[in-house]
Amino acid sequence: MVTKTKKPLVPRLGSERVKPAPFRYFRANSLAEAFAAYAEAEGDCTYMAGGQSLLPVLSLRLQTPSLVIDISRLEELRGISLANGVLRIGALTRHNEMLHSPEIARYAPLLSKAAPYVAHPAIRNKGTIGGTIAHADPAAEFPGMTLALNAEFEIANSEGRRREPANGFFRGLYETGIAPGEILVAIHVPVFGEHDRCAYHELARRRGDYPLVGCGVRATIRDGVATNGRFAFIAVGAVPQRAFAAEAAIEGQRLDETAIAAAQTALEQDLQPDDDSETTGAMRLHLAKVLLGRLLREIALSPSKAVEAAA
Amino acid sequence: MNMALNNTDRPNSYIGRSVTRPNALRLLAGKGRYVTDIKLPRMLHAAFLRSPYAHAEIKSIDTTEAAALKGVHLVATGEDLAKLCKPWVGTLDHFRGMKSAPQLPLAVGKVVWAGQAMVAVVAETRAIAEDALGLIQVEMSELPPVVDIDQAREPDSTRIYPELGDNVAFKLTVESGDVKAAFAKADGELEETFFTGRHTAVTMEPRAIIADYNASEEALTVYHATQTPYQFQDLFSRLYGIRESRVRVIAPDIGGSFGMKLHVYNEDMSVVGLSMLCGRPVKYVADRLESFVSDIHARDHRIKTQVAYDASGAILGVKVDDVTAIGAFSTAPRTSVVEGNQVVRLIGAPYRFRDYRADLSVVFQNKVQTSQYRAVGHPIACLVTESLIDRVGQKLGIDPFEMRRRNIVTSDMYPYTSPAGYKFERLSHEACLDGLYKLMDYPRLREEQKALREKGIHRGIGIAMFVEITNPSPAFYGVGGARISSQDGAIVKITPAGEVQCLISVGEHGQGTETIIGQIVAEHLGVDRELVRVITGDTDVTPQGGANWACRGAGIGGETALQAAKKLKQNVLSVAAAILQSAPGELDLINGQIVNRSDRVERIPLSEVARISYYRSDTLPPGTNPQLTAAHHYSPQGYPFAFTNGVQACHVEVDAETGFTKILDLWVVEDCGRIINPMLVEEQIRGGVVQGLGAAFFEECRYNESGQLENGSLADYLVPMACEMPDIKIAHVETPTQDTELGAKGCGEAGTAASSAAAMNAVNDALAPLGASVSQIPMTPQRLLKALGRG
Repeated sequence: MVTKTKKPLVPRLGSERVKPAPFRYFRANSLAEAFAAYAEAEGDCTYMAGGQSLLPVLSLRLQTPSLVIDISRLEELRGISLANGVLRIGALTRHNEMLHSPEIARYAPLLSKAAPYVAHPAIRNKGTIGGTIAHADPAAEFPGMTLALNAEFEIANSEGRRREPANGFFRGLYETGIAPGEILVAIHVPVFGEHDRCAYHELARRRGDYPLVGCGVRATIRDGVATNGRFAFIAVGAVPQRAFAAEAAIEGQRLDETAIAAAQTALEQDLQPDDDSETTGAMRLHLAKVLLGRLLREIALSPSKAVEAAA
Repeated sequence: MNMALNNTDRPNSYIGRSVTRPNALRLLAGKGRYVTDIKLPRMLHAAFLRSPYAHAEIKSIDTTEAAALKGVHLVATGEDLAKLCKPWVGTLDHFRGMKSAPQLPLAVGKVVWAGQAMVAVVAETRAIAEDALGLIQVEMSELPPVVDIDQAREPDSTRIYPELGDNVAFKLTVESGDVKAAFAKADGELEETFFTGRHTAVTMEPRAIIADYNASEEALTVYHATQTPYQFQDLFSRLYGIRESRVRVIAPDIGGSFGMKLHVYNEDMSVVGLSMLCGRPVKYVADRLESFVSDIHARDHRIKTQVAYDASGAILGVKVDDVTAIGAFSTAPRTSVVEGNQVVRLIGAPYRFRDYRADLSVVFQNKVQTSQYRAVGHPIACLVTESLIDRVGQKLGIDPFEMRRRNIVTSDMYPYTSPAGYKFERLSHEACLDGLYKLMDYPRLREEQKALREKGIHRGIGIAMFVEITNPSPAFYGVGGARISSQDGAIVKITPAGEVQCLISVGEHGQGTETIIGQIVAEHLGVDRELVRVITGDTDVTPQGGANWACRGAGIGGETALQAAKKLKQNVLSVAAAILQSAPGELDLINGQIVNRSDRVERIPLSEVARISYYRSDTLPPGTNPQLTAAHHYSPQGYPFAFTNGVQACHVEVDAETGFTKILDLWVVEDCGRIINPMLVEEQIRGGVVQGLGAAFFEECRYNESGQLENGSLADYLVPMACEMPDIKIAHVETPTQDTELGAKGCGEAGTAASSAAAMNAVNDALAPLGASVSQIPMTPQRLLKALGRG
């Protein structure tokens, strides 16, 4: 996916339309076919998986590629599997599968907790995790959560495959570590440990909308002491963001009100959201702090996965 | 007169019953026929190039490249269509001193809002037409936009139309009693300024039109997603100089209208001219982005208020200064000042204070026009009034129910004329308040609220009473010179098989008109409802009438159908009497059978009367000419309007840390007079409530300083969705109007009228212990946080 522009909100001369400009369509049956088609079009093309972000972009004529390469049938991009303590989620896994998969719920529960917030059922039936990560909308749930999970991305190109960590992958608004012509193949997530806990919540005006702020937290809690806290925020800037200072504030601490307040204060160093026409940056930061506090209280109180499994 | 209709045990008794919609299966099966579904032979498609600027001069337009594109049939500019179409002006005489500039199908010389159509392209397909738009070169020079209501009225402000003198469309003062004296003797007074957000209708089906001009017979057929086909027959005829009898407007299935689909739109007027120029049918369907910048908007008001009261909580007087901005034009043919007029005339309507002064200023600005949208002015007047009542009550420590009981117009006061001049035949405020109190179990809710507050949970309860204008007489528009009919017509006929067709001028656009008309005709004629087919929405077929606006389908259309059915029944009985050698007065029609009036013994089936009338009239006595078709027209002649009333309550939970509100419950007790179909009334109320809650919490057209709409898409403009809506519980009080035999009044706008106000009162009730309050809708989390000092 090479979507780079967000749609403008004002009508512009002749550009804001609801019918795509004419394009050719090619369905790839293998990665090799997809790369060959890409090379042949000399980059004047785009890959399409679920199409849930791409089709509106085409319809608004914000992109006018001469070729759309449909990668939604590539078997190589499908499936969820577990090996060596790592869960591999195929890029074509649909949002709806993310929501209902027992493997996701067990080994990457933060993703299944975020999944109900992803759009609406019709979109979840078509949209894919690979698509949303490659698209990298800063307000989308799954891309942000890969940061909290320390995920790694498996990316294919005509030369072979490579890995890139989630941390640092989101470079700018709709910009990622995927180079032109490359395809995201899978997401690798270290499995959720026995003492790990996680929670997700977001503040959206309506269910299924992009939120004003969203946050996922995970931490290892042993004997009441939190370590390896990783907090990921969405809709707070051009890219989803980790909150390193807030994480440091709870490292080795009991998750009591003092530690939570310290994490909330530290969040000011992590997030500097901009003002927009409806919401000030200060308000967004306030909401982020409220959300972080609620999520940390939730994981402090929630039973660990081991206890949940026993129940 | 109305009493007889209460007998729901009789055969063919349908009035008052929740019968199902005859068109539901067809629509659910996807067999609806909307304008979008209609494809005519040789049909072409139009697309419009729109202004990117709110205010600019058009220096030049170069259409050469667009016209040369394969598949393009015509590229038309404002000048091209101005040669065919006369300009129209959105003013009416009874709004004294109002002004507005003439409008044409496409912009000529300058544009006055971002999104205004400048050039039309007609092509083989919509996609080709849109491709061609990208090839049109327009040279424009920006002018300073007028976007702010105060800026618009400054002496040195840019004039949108210099020839009009200033940017003020209309000013009105409504004064009654002695408001100065009321304030002088008051124990207390308070003031508040309210803001209501500009929003829009967002119908499921957008505006859509096909114009098919036939030059060989100088006739025009228009398939139009409209709620007022006869009004458009008149407009297309007069503005394009086509004989009225040769203009046919067909309104097929309509996917929602809400007042938005009865105004003159530039694109709709253009399409007629484009068909004339091309000599072929031309279709245009607004896409959603176009809808946001070209459908009418509504409700952009700032209302400064002062209220005087005494120690007992009696409201003594109210002062209002309402400024509303309507865009660059007043919309034809109803004008854009009706909303403001109704705001200042409906403020305080349920209450008995007499001393009132309201000043209304309606100003132009460089935005798309505002005009009539569901519950025109009511939600704003209700918000202001009900918030003031609560604010006074809060100051004096008087419960909201008690405040209202002390101030309402009571049942012994009718007929009653409000300070603003509205005449109320009979309203039922006490019964509605009592009904609501029970329905919501008010004391229990208050106890629960108290207990939860101690746990830091902030719930609020808000109440709002409303009075709604329905069944408008010619006093609404006709007196102002508008060619908008207040009467409706019905033709009811018996087919040779003894079945019934009713052709009626009121239309169906989702609200259930055809269902209730069928119920009324079946009951008053005396046949099974299954035998009655209702036909609407075709000016060549259905009789002339006002159709659908201002809540008149049931009250006026229903009475028309009732009288037509009664007339036809008499005709049927006359023929039957001739056949049976009886007298019409000795017979009755029950369940499709002619029976003896005395003992109800069946004499002859209606189908047999029809067969003889149509095929064997030779067997009838000489001089018998069966009239198995009856026509009737009806226009209200008693009260100028049939006012309805009711009360709503809203229950919310405010998250004081985030400013987010959860709507927990909503209750409505309403009185729309005689209820024809409780299920449909409740559907109308629920839909209306949701639109009011949309205004209260979600919907707002946000413009920036340069006059650009910033959220003109369904991703950014938030319409209320099912997940955010509460259960809506409804109860009814019935006070039929005595002006008609049917006794029905309107119910389409009652839900919208008061739900924003109930919601604001609920939110303010929740915020009260935190020392905060809001006076602006929509009540977004951002605004609530600001009110809470956390923004």
